[in-house]
Amino acid sequence: MSKAILYDSTLCIGCKACEAACAERWGLPYTPAIAAEEKISAHKLTAVETHGERYSRRLCMNCQKPACVSVCPVGALQKTALGPVVYDGDKCMGCRYCMQACPFQVPSYEWNSRLPKMRKCDMCFERQSHGKQTACAEACPVGATLNGERDELLAEARRRIAAKPGEYYDRIYGVHEVGGTSVLYLSAVPFEQIGLRVNLPNEPLPETTWRVLELVPDVVSTGSVLLGGIWWITNRRAEVAKKEGRRK
Amino acid sequence: MKRKFPKITIWSAIFAAIMASGLYATYLRIFYGLGGSTNLSDKFPWGLWIAFDVMCGVGLAAGGFTLVAMVHIFNIESYKPVLRPAILTAFLGYVLVVVGLMFDLGRPDRLWHPLVMWNPHSVMFEVAWCVTLYSTVLFLEFLPMVFEKFGWNRPLEWIHKISVPLMILGVLLSTLHQSSLGSLFLIVPEKLYPLWYTPMLPLMFYVSAIAAGLAMTIFESWHSSRAFGRALELPLLVSMGRVLAVVLSFYLWIRFLDLLHRNALGLLTHNRIETWLFALEIALMAVPMVLLYQAAIRLRPGALYACAVMVLFGFIANRLNVGTTGLEAGSGTHYIPKWSEVAVTLSIVAAGFAIFRAVVQYFPVFEAPSHAKARAEVEEPEVVLM
Repeated sequence: MSKAILYDSTLCIGCKACEAACAERWGLPYTPAIAAEEKISAHKLTAVETHGERYSRRLCMNCQKPACVSVCPVGALQKTALGPVVYDGDKCMGCRYCMQACPFQVPSYEWNSRLPKMRKCDMCFERQSHGKQTACAEACPVGATLNGERDELLAEARRRIAAKPGEYYDRIYGVHEVGGTSVLYLSAVPFEQIGLRVNLPNEPLPETTWRVLELVPDVVSTGSVLLGGIWWITNRRAEVAKKEGRRK
Repeated sequence: MKRKFPKITIWSAIFAAIMASGLYATYLRIFYGLGGSTNLSDKFPWGLWIAFDVMCGVGLAAGGFTLVAMVHIFNIESYKPVLRPAILTAFLGYVLVVVGLMFDLGRPDRLWHPLVMWNPHSVMFEVAWCVTLYSTVLFLEFLPMVFEKFGWNRPLEWIHKISVPLMILGVLLSTLHQSSLGSLFLIVPEKLYPLWYTPMLPLMFYVSAIAAGLAMTIFESWHSSRAFGRALELPLLVSMGRVLAVVLSFYLWIRFLDLLHRNALGLLTHNRIETWLFALEIALMAVPMVLLYQAAIRLRPGALYACAVMVLFGFIANRLNVGTTGLEAGSGTHYIPKWSEVAVTLSIVAAGFAIFRAVVQYFPVFEAPSHAKARAEVEEPEVVLM
């Protein structure tokens, strides 16, 4: 039972109402100059991109098994049961491993601040936990961005593809990518044509590091026995050699 | 022979220039943030300070645990004369890594957070703990040199009592975090170029760190013998050259097997910057490996030194490739460090050399503890040479 966002690129008219609503929700300035920026950054947590005559929207995917949450050494990032991936800036020490690890290159940094924080969309955790829609979904005039239960949105996406097979590329982005994401995409064309990364594994990324990390107790215990044993043997040998040498 | 008389002035001038630029870069870092002092960006969040100051710094300090294991666990007594310089290098190395981290972290005042706010699923968390604990171990391994210097025998005995478990702990911690620096990049299969991305990254980092540690020991032995007019421990270094050749062979062989089994060898036919950087990195390891198998090369101090330097550069090239260049294409951006990033890095390296030199002059680093009585005679000429 987790929340998600369905973004239907075929319906998006590029009005950027979602951007304005998002900026308002975060208390960030939203000027024409900022509106013209087509990439997410520390002062713009969602951005509508133009790809020829199509639009695509970038925001945090709020992954089901987020790489950022697994790599954060201080646990500043958490995946909530509700769905959003939330960030605690008071814990963050600024190692930026979340940014390196994110397959969607979403987290942004306040590079020019003396006491910087990371910034990213948290799928309006506050609003959603009070039963409200995300600011972007509420603002969207054409229903290109929908907010609801992930299962229901997946069913809706499948319905749309089945109803108009000619108008959709026959896949939903975010179902399997890196173990599934909370943001789902529909598109008329293959996803790489609207700027989405398609070389992602279906395996959740945290597995890649956990496979090694879970060996740590074994390495420590086996290593202790092995090194301690080797020391005991070689040292004994040295002691014996020393004593025999003396006797001669 | 070019640096005979003007040696001190030239090197002091270079040192002063580097430190001055580093100071100005530090000012930029503090008052203008990472944005004002680095070329990092949202798409490229890690640069020189992580790839060199941290990843190379920790690796070049690997001589500490390698020699502790050889001398105290495998009980190969003959390596004892280079054990203390290796421990000192390692201790200094880790201190400087922390200094580098203070520059790189957005909030250096929160350096201690991972010790309190745990996330065992994070490789970085594991590295933070290992580096903290291992720095403590290195400090304790370094302490006997201080105690001996001042003739404090009681604490010296205490340290000797815990030395075996301490050294085993040190080797284990090093094994964990040397490999974990490679594991850091397991999370970016879609970004790191496949010549470098492999599930075997932790093993590759571990083995190459051992090679770098040995090369660093040869390197500093050679330099300190020149700087302090000390006799070079040549037979010892020759035998170490042998070990280095074997470690390099093992390393290059597993690199090859890994590429073979991942069907990645075909990538070498692509005319891309990554191919050339990979070739450079491998050549800097393969050439000294071949050379070190020749007795005639090993027995010539200059050639042995040259081989060690090549290995060090090969190691640095590898870490920079994994930490920066190998990530550029996958991140869809380019990164060239800003001058201030280079200035800070050079300052840290220069400070490392200067502190090493100073410590070696004041503490009994270059002598086995059993020869404590000979210390007085050795110490005199060292002080004169200052």
